Amino acid sequence: MTAVASGCPSGIAPAAPGVILQDPSAFVTEVKGRRALDLMIRGASCAGCISRIETALLRLSGMQLARLNLSTGRMRAEWTGSLAARQVVEAIVKLGYGAAAVDPGQADVAISRPEKSLLLALTVAGIATAGVMLMSEALWFGTDLPAEARTQLHWLSALISVPATLFSGRTFFQSAWAAIRRRQLNMDVPISLAVLMALTLSLHATITGGAHAYFDAAVMLLLFLLVGRYLDARLRRQAYAAANALAAMQTTSATRLGARGVAEAVRAAEIRPGDRLLIAAGERLPVDAQVMIGESEADLRLVTGEVEPARTFPGQTLHAGAVNLAAPIEVLALAPASQSLMADIARLLEAGEQKKSSYRRIADKAVAVYVPQVHAMAALGFVGWLIAGASLPQAVFIAVTVLIITCPCAIALAAPLVQIVAAGRLFREGAYLASGDALERIATVTHVILDKTGTLTLGDPVLLQTGFTPDQLAAAAQLARASRHPFSRAIAQAAGPGTVAQGVEERSGSGVSGLVDGRSGMLGRAEFVGAKGVDGSHLWFALEGTEPVMFQFEDRLRPDARAAVDQLRRMGLSVELLSGDSPERVARAGAAAGITDWRASATPQFKAQRLQDLEAAGAKVLMVGDGLNDAAALAMAHASLAPGGAVDVSRLASDCVFSGESLGSVPRIVAIARKARARIRENFAFATIYNLVAIPIALLGWATPMVAAIAMSSSSAIVTLNALRLAAASKREKGVSA
Amino acid sequence: MNVVIFMILGAVVLALVGLAAFIWSLRSGQYDDPAGAAARVLLDNDRPD
Repeated sequence: MTAVASGCPSGIAPAAPGVILQDPSAFVTEVKGRRALDLMIRGASCAGCISRIETALLRLSGMQLARLNLSTGRMRAEWTGSLAARQVVEAIVKLGYGAAAVDPGQADVAISRPEKSLLLALTVAGIATAGVMLMSEALWFGTDLPAEARTQLHWLSALISVPATLFSGRTFFQSAWAAIRRRQLNMDVPISLAVLMALTLSLHATITGGAHAYFDAAVMLLLFLLVGRYLDARLRRQAYAAANALAAMQTTSATRLGARGVAEAVRAAEIRPGDRLLIAAGERLPVDAQVMIGESEADLRLVTGEVEPARTFPGQTLHAGAVNLAAPIEVLALAPASQSLMADIARLLEAGEQKKSSYRRIADKAVAVYVPQVHAMAALGFVGWLIAGASLPQAVFIAVTVLIITCPCAIALAAPLVQIVAAGRLFREGAYLASGDALERIATVTHVILDKTGTLTLGDPVLLQTGFTPDQLAAAAQLARASRHPFSRAIAQAAGPGTVAQGVEERSGSGVSGLVDGRSGMLGRAEFVGAKGVDGSHLWFALEGTEPVMFQFEDRLRPDARAAVDQLRRMGLSVELLSGDSPERVARAGAAAGITDWRASATPQFKAQRLQDLEAAGAKVLMVGDGLNDAAALAMAHASLAPGGAVDVSRLASDCVFSGESLGSVPRIVAIARKARARIRENFAFATIYNLVAIPIALLGWATPMVAAIAMSSSSAIVTLNALRLAAASKREKGVSA
Repeated sequence: MNVVIFMILGAVVLALVGLAAFIWSLRSGQYDDPAGAAARVLLDNDRPD
């Protein structure tokens, strides 16, 4: 079929075993007589890559357009004629890059519309700030400026800043208005209030010929905030694109059998209940389905966490994510791809989502404290000055300057900037944050629960080098190379490249047989080979006329699993192993990784229950898992991480996805989250101190436009620099570890 | 003083021209692939093969 073993020569991780490239013809669209295909390319990083890939595609007959977007990794190919979509993908894979067709219905991850409008708002605010500052300079330092000239400069400032502010501030005004209508407060309420008050006060001063106008403060405030918002939107899009790229490498299509037995490639999303699907050996099941015809074996690692393949037979129900190993089977789809998971898992997922949405972010808590206090101070100033005998316009002026100078800027930037810097650092390490409050939740965890298969281990069995001679291994490998069974693949990998036995026959659920150097050989289960022994995580191998030997297998730990677990402990976290696999295997993996606290044979319900028990006891749990059986636990946990190879449901249920073989990502992510939390707290502490100084100045009526502008920009700069310390610290750490 | 007014209005108009140029560049997709744009400058494919 379409299985392509893509070992990428450009140093990019090879496609995970068992994961196959889908038939791309399901993703082709027709545009103006041309056939178009969107692809996700992995491993392209320079001009040479662009040139190689685009040239290779343009050499294909009928290719009209081939353009690679290096920023997003997306590629678009358009062609006419009879060229097959598979040839397009193969041409790229042959060059050593990862390529996968992307669902055309999926939103394009290139620069998005909200991001573009933020960039435009930012530019307008920037140009307006520059313009208004020209006037402000004359107003601040022109001490002998006649009143008439001052008013003229005020009018010019108004001409620039009023339209610019109203245009650039739309996002803030809209969000604030939405919050007020829901009778809530968010950060945009004080921002909008400060901006609009500053404009109104300044217009009043301009019309009446007053001395102080705050046009510059209003635009500058928006400029700072928009820089933060834009960077945030950009980073979020990049993280989304990277996570999408991981997902695109795993999407499945299937072969649907039509009315007259005609086979057609369809996207997973197009499969309807009742469709008959042909699942070739090595393909992953895209939906929940019932086996109709054919006996085979299925790899259920992603579904249950068990390493050992299970036999499948007609009538049996298989869940999405199971990989068919031995022989082609025909199945009946039971549910669409979007609803293909066990009903109770779906229910647990929903409960988890609800729990997470009730989490209150530090910034929201700060707003709830900050807004009433500052507004009370403004009201106090207003009443106080009236009692002290000031005129009404004077008292209003004092109250408004309090609102302007208390600087929603420092408060509004305090948390988001830190998150931008932290998310950027995680992004460079190959970890992609899904939600904004994820970092805050990860920072506060006390327990870490690790799944075994695919999380603590890499999920692929490896051969234990004991109980056989190298000659026996070489002979067995000749048979193993012909099979897709994970144990066979482990033997083939241990033996390295070599020849394949002749006349190989695979009997599903039993083993393979064939001629090895002229002698008949058998590799498989005990009774198939004729050995006396129990079946477990081992295979038996016998050559004609010799005693059978046993090959034992073990799930390979991630290379730095033990170091990562030790590091988590040093960070004061208790580590626990929770797996759906058998007790012996879980105990062995636990011992190898240094985890004494383990639970085996855990069902999804048990996993979720264990989390609830721990949380009831006051623990905050970080769940790390990849399988369908972990999805509920991932959604229920206080915070959750998933490796890049996780099933879709689990990836979506987790707060952060990390790529690569290293489990060291887990302690690193926790460490960065903790640092980010410390920076956020420092920033809020600073903003509070700043306000303690600024409010008396404004209350006493000493706040001139120049004081306001200087105070605002310096407090924003300090908050920004403190956030950037997160990025700087990473360089120092690298220097130590290298 | 009138001279200053003309100067300032001229500056505002020039700023608007700059803004219009930026909006055009944004609309024409020049920020869609900054990494690719930086790399493509190195490609030398205008030679006839």
